Amino acid sequence: MQRITELHVNGNKLRIDAAGDRSLLSVLRDDLDLTGSKYGCGEGQCGACTVLIDGQATRSCITSVSSSAGKKIMTIEGLERNGRLHPLQEAFLEADALQCGYCTPGMIMCGVALLSKNPNPTERDLIRSMEGNICRCGTYPRIVAAIRKASQTMKGGGR
Amino acid sequence: MNEDLGAQASRLLRIIDDSIEVERYELSAGATYEFDLDLARRDFFKLLGGGLVMVFTLKAVAQESGRQGAGRRGADAGPKEIGGWLHIAEDGSVTVYTGKVEFGQNIRTSLSQAVAEELRVPIASIRMTMGDTDLTPYDMGTFGSMTTPRMAPQLRKAAVAAREALIDLAAEAWKVDRAALTVSNGKVINSRTKQAIDFGKLTKGQKLLKVIADNAVATPADQWKIAGTSVAKVNGRTFVTGKHRYASDTKRPEMLFGKVVRPSAFNASLVSADTRDAEAIPGVKVVRDRDFIGVTAPDAHTAERAASAIKSEWKAKPQPSAKELFDYLRKESMPSRQNGGQGSIEDGLAKADKKLQQTYTVAYIAHAPLEPRAAVAEWNAGKLTVWTGSQRPFGVRSELAEAFRIPEDRVRVIVPDTGAGYGGKHTGDAAVEAARLAQAAGKPVKLVWTREEEFTWAYARPAGVIDISTGVRDDGTITAWEFHNYNSGTAGIQHRYDIANNKIVFHQTKSPLRQGSYRGLAATANHFAREVHMDELAHLVKMDPLEFRLKNIKDERLRAVLTAAAKAFGWGKAETAGRGDGIAGGFEKGGYVATCAEVAVDRAAGKVKIVRAVTAFECGAIVNPDQLKNQCEGSVVMAIGGAMFEAMDFADGKLLNGRFSRYRVPRFSDVPIIETVLVDRKDLPSAGAGETPIVGLAPAVSNAVFDATGIRLRSLPMVPNGLKS
Repeated sequence: MQRITELHVNGNKLRIDAAGDRSLLSVLRDDLDLTGSKYGCGEGQCGACTVLIDGQATRSCITSVSSSAGKKIMTIEGLERNGRLHPLQEAFLEADALQCGYCTPGMIMCGVALLSKNPNPTERDLIRSMEGNICRCGTYPRIVAAIRKASQTMKGGGR
Repeated sequence: MNEDLGAQASRLLRIIDDSIEVERYELSAGATYEFDLDLARRDFFKLLGGGLVMVFTLKAVAQESGRQGAGRRGADAGPKEIGGWLHIAEDGSVTVYTGKVEFGQNIRTSLSQAVAEELRVPIASIRMTMGDTDLTPYDMGTFGSMTTPRMAPQLRKAAVAAREALIDLAAEAWKVDRAALTVSNGKVINSRTKQAIDFGKLTKGQKLLKVIADNAVATPADQWKIAGTSVAKVNGRTFVTGKHRYASDTKRPEMLFGKVVRPSAFNASLVSADTRDAEAIPGVKVVRDRDFIGVTAPDAHTAERAASAIKSEWKAKPQPSAKELFDYLRKESMPSRQNGGQGSIEDGLAKADKKLQQTYTVAYIAHAPLEPRAAVAEWNAGKLTVWTGSQRPFGVRSELAEAFRIPEDRVRVIVPDTGAGYGGKHTGDAAVEAARLAQAAGKPVKLVWTREEEFTWAYARPAGVIDISTGVRDDGTITAWEFHNYNSGTAGIQHRYDIANNKIVFHQTKSPLRQGSYRGLAATANHFAREVHMDELAHLVKMDPLEFRLKNIKDERLRAVLTAAAKAFGWGKAETAGRGDGIAGGFEKGGYVATCAEVAVDRAAGKVKIVRAVTAFECGAIVNPDQLKNQCEGSVVMAIGGAMFEAMDFADGKLLNGRFSRYRVPRFSDVPIIETVLVDRKDLPSAGAGETPIVGLAPAVSNAVFDATGIRLRSLPMVPNGLKS
């Protein structure tokens, strides 16, 4: 079986040794100890495992590590820059857009992907982009508020 | 259920204060395994190096754990000394110890507020150590909305005692009268000389051994400065950066990954297993112990491969399916006890102008916390340490001690802040499985349940059938109230209406599925049936549903939330075609709630959309307004699932929809405009708030659908396949 020996994660080239058919999520979590991306369903239905691959929001639980090799992978751990949070991370804190926090990394990564493509999403855009992410604690209205807040901040040049 | 655990559960139930009714399901989901002790012991000996002699016999151990259990009743209030609850380090940082656990209900923050308030320190200096059985005082578990009414006052008392002890220490150090001393911002201050000393310099990091006085007086709510404000989640940053380590993120040196081979059906027993193919995979170890069969491997992928390579044969008995559920629950009901019943139903019905008899049903639903059950277990010199997400760390410690026949002091359970539970994580299933695998492997083992396992092998919110028979006079006075609940439970079974003649009965039955507690317990089912029935009665006597309720309520707090919700909602506003309004209210676990809902119905498409939900909630003095609002909003969103479309489908002992692609939970597009009205009662003690706001949505929506269409929906979920005419 094909073995994958390198992944490009959060701006770093990282050595791994993984069977190519393993999920990207398991390699990130178990081999690279990047546990911010979460397992929630294993079938791409809940969004807890969302990472960015070449800027696209991607369900890492149903993405093989072989298909991720050579691409730029961004996880929740890569959002903070020099101790400064991404505006959407800040907005989540300000809006208290979390309870147990387990869905939060996936929600933030999805929101970041949305805002990078569509800096001023309408309600419809927002729901369409986020519909695949589940928050069982039910903080959806606050997540919507946080994305709106970040959208405003980012227009002012906050990244 | 295992006998000992059953006895233990009923003992625990007995010692809970009567003022908060904890129903039978709070602790009822029993242990799933009974291991072969000889086999387990051989693994245990191997782990100890074989040469060690067991210093206790099994019988003695059982007696020992029994004694520990019995002794706990008196000690249930926890440590008497300040030092058992909090510690002030030399640098002034305060560590608070509580057996409660954080599952998203935000008690890490609200308890920090309570201590910071009484100790007069900035909230940033507080560190909470929670749910670690070696470090925190014994606690029965985080359920029943008891943290706010019980743990917060306990910690406040400890902090008040600490504050007084610090004043004593300063008075002694300075040789002054303590009356001249005050406490502020982590310092004791001499108001005359302006001399100040940091708490840390007074304690020098020593444990405060002073006994907490019974009469320690906590700050009244109208003088709160830190409590009562919207303090942000204290460790919020660790979540938005992905740095927080949940149990499923735990990593230990040399850790292996485990996987359990699941039975073919519920309650099936293992007949045979061919494990040769699995054992041939390098690094794989197969563990078989009675009906337990699992594997360990160096990585999760190999563990999955090995588990699926095992050919197992199971024997299952015929079991009822979801289609026959409600008949089954009635048929299998056991002799019951009456839960309430002043007056005479016969007399009440004789005085009635109209009578109404209706049946309401509630399906089994799954908690589906986004973090499934997970545990990392590690045996070290005969001591077992398990990191797991459970609402009952000490309960899981007992389960582990029981399963492995070791004393509880050889078991440590650590519960990191967990990816939710909603009442669904009282048991230690994953902990026991991981510990059995780790015992056999001789290395730490991580076991994370898959989503399918979580749906299938956790436990469900009990299904139920509720029969209500009532009499009402034409002026709107309810004269008789007879209420029978089969299986779903007793929480919220008592109404707060002013009715002279009542008969309220809970009927225990056999449950086809493993069932246990769920956010709000049966209060959701009981409120659904009751509040829909109230709406039916209102229409029967041609009264406005709100006016009809108020006519039958004396309880001022219930009147207040109903009125507040109706006002914010605009109850009685002009009707729009295809739209309908509904109202429902109630009381549970110290909190009063009322919800108004507006629905939009598309008859042709059979679609029902909840457009707006306004909830008024009152739980005494508010500890953290924004977080309380967050809990109320979250309750409403979670309630949408059980109200509209969630139901566990099963047949022949198998769950048929145990995945998110088959089991629909609320998503962004399901969320209506949600408004929350908080009623702050600083004159009343604070009650817990994570559960009760969930109960009003379902009946309010049902009543709104009737208002829009004349169709009465009496079963939860109401529209799993759309609205049929």
